[in-house]
Amino acid sequence: MTKGTVYGIISNLVHVKVDGPVSQNEICYIDLNGVKLMAEVIKVTGDIAYTQVFESTRGLTTGCPVEFTERMLEVKLGPGMLSKNYDGLQDDLNEMSGLFLTRGEYTDPLDENSIWSFTPLVKAGDSVSAGDWLGSVQENWINHKIMVPFRLEGKYTVKTIAVAGDYKISDTIAVLTDSEGNEQVVTMVQYWPVKLPIRAYASKPRPFKMMETGVRTIDTLNPIAEGGTGFTPGPFGTGKTVLQHSISQNAEADLIIVAACGERANEVVELFSEFPKLDDPRTGRKLIERTIIICNTSNMPVAAREASVYTAMSIAEYYRSMGLKVLLLADSTSRWAQALREMSNRMEELPGPDAFPMDLPAIISNFYSRAGYVYLNNGSAGSITFIGAVSPSGGNLKEPVTEATKKTARCFYSLSQDRADSKRYPAVDPIDSYSKYLEYEEVQDYLNNNIAPGWVNSVLAAKDLLLRGKEAKDQINILGDDGVPLDYHSSFWKSELVDRIILVQDGFDDVDKSTPMKRQAYMLNLVLKVCDTDLSFESYEELQPYYTKLINTLGQMNYQPFQSDDFRKYEAQLDTILDERRVK
Amino acid sequence: MAGKAFQKIYTKLSQITKATCTVNATGVGNEELATVGGRMAQVVKIMGNSVTLQIFSGTEGIGTDAEVIFFGKPPTLKVSDQLAGRFFNAYGNPIDGGPEIEGEEVEIGGPSVNPVRRKEPSELIATGIAGIDLNNTLVTGQKIPFFADPDQPYNQVMATVALRTKADKIILGGMGLSNDDYLFYKNSFENAGVIDKIISFVNTTDDPPVERLLVPDMALTAAEYFAIQKNESVLVLLTDLTLYCDALSIVSNRMDQIPSKDSMPGSLYSDLAKIYEKAVQFPEGGSITIIAVTTISGGDITHAIPDNTGYITEGQLYLRRDTDIGKVIIDPARSLSRLKTKVMGKRTREDHPQVMSASVRLNSDAANAKTKMENGFDLSDYDVRTLAFARDYAEQILAIDVNIGTDEMLDTTWALFKKHFKKEEVGIKDEFMELHWK
Ligand SMILES: Nc1ncnc2c1ncn2[C@@H]1O[C@H](COP(=O)(O)OP(=O)(O)OP(=O)(O)O)[C@@H](O)[C@H]1O
Ligand SMILES: [Mg+2]
Repeated sequence: MTKGTVYGIISNLVHVKVDGPVSQNEICYIDLNGVKLMAEVIKVTGDIAYTQVFESTRGLTTGCPVEFTERMLEVKLGPGMLSKNYDGLQDDLNEMSGLFLTRGEYTDPLDENSIWSFTPLVKAGDSVSAGDWLGSVQENWINHKIMVPFRLEGKYTVKTIAVAGDYKISDTIAVLTDSEGNEQVVTMVQYWPVKLPIRAYASKPRPFKMMETGVRTIDTLNPIAEGGTGFTPGPFGTGKTVLQHSISQNAEADLIIVAACGERANEVVELFSEFPKLDDPRTGRKLIERTIIICNTSNMPVAAREASVYTAMSIAEYYRSMGLKVLLLADSTSRWAQALREMSNRMEELPGPDAFPMDLPAIISNFYSRAGYVYLNNGSAGSITFIGAVSPSGGNLKEPVTEATKKTARCFYSLSQDRADSKRYPAVDPIDSYSKYLEYEEVQDYLNNNIAPGWVNSVLAAKDLLLRGKEAKDQINILGDDGVPLDYHSSFWKSELVDRIILVQDGFDDVDKSTPMKRQAYMLNLVLKVCDTDLSFESYEELQPYYTKLINTLGQMNYQPFQSDDFRKYEAQLDTILDERRVK
Repeated sequence: MAGKAFQKIYTKLSQITKATCTVNATGVGNEELATVGGRMAQVVKIMGNSVTLQIFSGTEGIGTDAEVIFFGKPPTLKVSDQLAGRFFNAYGNPIDGGPEIEGEEVEIGGPSVNPVRRKEPSELIATGIAGIDLNNTLVTGQKIPFFADPDQPYNQVMATVALRTKADKIILGGMGLSNDDYLFYKNSFENAGVIDKIISFVNTTDDPPVERLLVPDMALTAAEYFAIQKNESVLVLLTDLTLYCDALSIVSNRMDQIPSKDSMPGSLYSDLAKIYEKAVQFPEGGSITIIAVTTISGGDITHAIPDNTGYITEGQLYLRRDTDIGKVIIDPARSLSRLKTKVMGKRTREDHPQVMSASVRLNSDAANAKTKMENGFDLSDYDVRTLAFARDYAEQILAIDVNIGTDEMLDTTWALFKKHFKKEEVGIKDEFMELHWK
């Protein structure tokens, strides 16, 4: 293996003089008086390798020995990752010894001693290739597939496969032979370099199903597709993290991976302490059992922050290859971009806008394209749906990270300061936000067939009401209450109705915090019915009290269990209120 | 910090810039401290045998033959109970004429707490100030800044907050403090008779600005000692972090780094987060709470410094001079403590969250009425009553000099509701109305 010595140090950029070949992105360890600091090669010129160190370089001196590993930054994949709390380099945080994160301490992401009950899915003589399922073990409630390692190319023949029984992760569970008869031993563990996408699938169709999140302003108005991508830009304090936490609790996914990337430690601690207590609404088990948390908070080393989103994505791809529906959330991808910027500046690269690296848009787009819906070789389907939070500097959406993300993510959920200030949570702006999936014919068919006939038209009708209401409000503001026709007031109040009943959702109420699609469909149709009812008013002053009454009554329905007695009681009251002003 | 026998001494500088000098040396560690011609300096870059040092007070008058003495260690602080009651400069040297501290020498700016070893913040901090306790309750382990214009009395408010809390230790990190403000803090602490629970690390406007980069880490290293070794609740006051950021930009500029927004270094977010994230609640009971000051210019919070701060801290507080009563209040409309929901109604009376939101709402109705009045519109009866309420509310509750317990704040607010409003205008849940609308 190649060796080297430290030649130069600028913060966490370390120049290493090497005595042999090194590869881009190769991992090396710098020996600082016996403490091994992990680093990644990010550039090579002549016999100098530029490395970014995943730790503080304080006290490092020139001449310290460096050992190269011939491997890139990898994740260790196998059963036992669910419920774990990892740092950005996949160290198991719970296994770390001290109160503080000690430099140079790396822990095993998987438990080598756990026993797993293995069931084979192939027999000797079967032909297999990368990603094919050789057998399975039960990991919490997930049927965890043991797969042909992704790095193997071409066709293999199963020579032996372990019989059903108990095994540890490093026990041999299969021996495969390639066309030349070379043997390949397979255990339950495999490694994958995080910066490369796992491509062990047959095809990647356009997403065509919707992924329920329980959040009405997303599901009803701008649904995200299963295997789709979305992002939530918003100034500080507008509710990005609360929205992500709420999606992570209620989304209809088999598995949730949360990447806390460069944000507050206290917010992650909240996940640590809440998720073991909260029930998964769909399985009745605890939320933590279907969750993996990758946590590289803002005070943890910056290079590891950059790695953390890739670590999370690679783990998501691994589970997708088992035919699972994975939801990946990252808060916030801006911190990842800033980590790239810090390193690029230290390397004295030519800067792009706002001193971000020139290739930032390409990096972001490559990352988002790793999400998606896939058909595996055996015909089953798996997906990664990805939603990233973006923290635009100064709240200005014309900054490089937001703009680059907008070019690649298909759903745009823009959190607005005004809505947050007026406590209209979730503060997703209904006019600016969009879902491109709503334009996909296959998604439209899916929605119309699975939610309600004509559903897409209902959604567009709701959007029209919101837009017309906004235009009317603008006119009222310019011309005054009595300077506009009554219709303008009606338009405004109808948009208020849609906004306050469908879009505004109380994240802290047990009933309202998550709405199943069936209920969302019911409420949208009800609201549209109310808006379609011909009502008569004499003057604009009559509208506010009347619509306030309507909104209060419909709002009460949102707090009651669906179709409960109280729910029906308020619905009945609604008819009485409508009768007061219905045009006969 | 005189040179000792084993320290390496060099006397041949190969390069001198405005803020840095370069010397040929070996075996020098990154971030190591040194003196150059007697001035404090720190290693910022090593390339082969060339070691570049940043000289905190600048390079004016430094000669190529200046003596460079390496200390063999990064900045450190000796920690022990002896720190209590003492005043130090940015290097942790006493400036109060007292003796040197004896204790364990620890590196400042040490590693981060493992997130899984933290506890969710859950202990209320009472300050007696309603703008905080009633509307924006603070919690131990929280980090929150005052966003204040330079003419606002933020140092006075910070001192008041600090002295009214039950913190075991109060650590002041002063950056670019004017000498007057430094003496103000010193006097307030002495007059309050609590000097033995105060520790101060101070860089004043008389000191070189770059030195203040050491202040937060010094203060937080002392804080970690008391929070971890002694399980104490420690309150850290950092003022003014805008001046800290200015020093960061001076350094990065002199190092020829490419500036990002508002000529701040691209690493500003990480630099500030490293400080603020030292706020922590430990399961054993110790905690570090950070209250900071970020001065802003003309209320602009989109500037890179307040903007990055807002993305890091758990809310922010604004001061406002209430012209009706002629006193300073904490602005209920714009301030937010994000952790308040962790204690409101849980560690305080159950009606607290409802009373809080009702009073904030009625107060903002008053603000609307005021705009109406200023624009020459007629006021409704309701408008008139909200204005009267807002005045009473500011005078009896919000004014910074009012010092009462949370229960009393709640009772007084109820009394004001009753004085000015009808039941249905208050919009509080029936169960609380029955109990308190008397
Ligand atoms: N759905 C909601 N319901 C009620 N309050 C909310 C909701 N969303 C956000 N808030 C309020 O806004 C505050 C900030 O929300 P959050 O932490 O999600 O913001 P953020 O956009 O992630 O901010 P930052 O960029 O600083 O991380 C919360 O502490 C809470 O008080
Ligand atoms: Mg957030």
